[in-house]
Amino acid sequence: MSRPDTVIIRYTTAQRVNHWINAILFTLMVLSGLSMFHPILFWLSNLFGGGQWTRAVHPWMGCMLLLSFIGMFVQFWRGNLWHREDTEWVKSFKEVVEDDEEHIPAAGRNNAGQKLVFWSMTVLIPVLFLTGLLIWEVYFGNATSISVQRAAVLIHSTAAFLAIIIWIVHVYAGIWVRHSFRAMIQGWVTPGWAWRHHRKWLQQIAAGRHEDPSIRKRP
Amino acid sequence: MSDLQSQDYIRRSASTMTPPMARNHEEEVAKLIDVSRCIGCKACQAACMEWNDLRQEVGHFEGSYQNPNDLSPDVWTLMKFAEYENEQGNLEWLIRKDGCMHCEDPGCLKACPAPGAIVQYANGIVDFISDKCIGCGYCVKGCPFDIPRISKTDHKSYKCTLCSDRVSVGLEPACVKACPTGAIMFGSKTDMKAWAGERIVDLKSRGFEKAGLYDPPEVGGTHVMYVLHHADKPSLYSGLPDKPHISATVEAWKGIMKPLAVAGLALAAVVGFFHYIVKGPNEVTEEEEAQGERVIEDAENTP
Repeated sequence: MSRPDTVIIRYTTAQRVNHWINAILFTLMVLSGLSMFHPILFWLSNLFGGGQWTRAVHPWMGCMLLLSFIGMFVQFWRGNLWHREDTEWVKSFKEVVEDDEEHIPAAGRNNAGQKLVFWSMTVLIPVLFLTGLLIWEVYFGNATSISVQRAAVLIHSTAAFLAIIIWIVHVYAGIWVRHSFRAMIQGWVTPGWAWRHHRKWLQQIAAGRHEDPSIRKRP
Repeated sequence: MSDLQSQDYIRRSASTMTPPMARNHEEEVAKLIDVSRCIGCKACQAACMEWNDLRQEVGHFEGSYQNPNDLSPDVWTLMKFAEYENEQGNLEWLIRKDGCMHCEDPGCLKACPAPGAIVQYANGIVDFISDKCIGCGYCVKGCPFDIPRISKTDHKSYKCTLCSDRVSVGLEPACVKACPTGAIMFGSKTDMKAWAGERIVDLKSRGFEKAGLYDPPEVGGTHVMYVLHHADKPSLYSGLPDKPHISATVEAWKGIMKPLAVAGLALAAVVGFFHYIVKGPNEVTEEEEAQGERVIEDAENTP
């Protein structure tokens, strides 16, 4: 494919840096968390220097993840507000999976799937943080009763399971939809990419209805 | 305790493999604590400290004979003193030696995520193998008796070992050795139950009609048993659970969530992979590229 003369800036540098800090922390949380969840994955604790280190470092990385996610929320919440067209998009989920592009409703800056990822994480990460605090043995081991901690650990693992499922879907979508990875690494997409995946967004940008100078001519 | 490997395991935390079990001609042991013969002298507490080299920091008087106030990483057994006014209006001083009950179905072991950090020997003793412990505190959540304590110094979980080191070389636990009234007995579980039976008959003949053995079936029985004068109301004895069982929350977490979640995650990854194999990458066509360019050009050309 020839290099297009015109590219559209999809993610700012701040958004990309924030996203990848978030991604790295989330991945480390998944690896360390799973090692303490199921014995067949206990070997993952070796990545963190053994079981004691994994247990010690997991909650601190969780605190950093919360901070990073607050940054993500501030930068992305506006683009993830739910519109009527998103409900239509969800209804055509089968066509999305089938890659039947003709029958998928045109999406804005984010499609409904991306918005669901965003809002699910917005709920799950604070739940994981709060239940995580309750079972943080070193500092909060005596702060609540054992029955509260039992409930917390069950909610924590259930929320983690949901978050990891969403993470798998999110990562897979990034791999499957060509050049969305480049969008998050380098920040730009081609007009054709925007036409195929986020047509309404492209039209809004073309009509100059976006504040930021999103279209850039390449030298 | 350290792993002396002088006894075989029948259970090992966070493990699916079959533990070594060739040396299976081993009798199940039990400690029998006859509450009705206890005089509250705390010789057992002192003996436990001596044998295990434990020294709790000196605390403050809290208005009770109970001292220290609670179990801790340095207090593996503790005399608990309860003052109970019975139906006749008489005071009964119910003294119970608290500590690990060595459940036949140990909740701590079920909850533990570190392979081999909690083991159960063929003789029934449940032991913490400290160097494998990661200090997560899951055993605290698994235990129906509120026994394990996590050290803030070394982040390891501690509790009574039933003197597994002594028992493995044919000695009785230190507390049993020290007890001056014979209120703590040790031997095979069968023998201890028989002995308890005699004691209960004796207690009943002396007016304790509800006397009985505390060997709760909800946790498969325990390897530390009590003879209680009020076996119908174990909670009188400083909150000994009436019906101890592994919490339903812990069962849901370890019994249902643990296997299903891992299977679900693996399935999600596999489905993703095969979706890619079937559908291939979702790529922008040349035509779409041209259409996208046109949208921008059109917009630029309109004044």
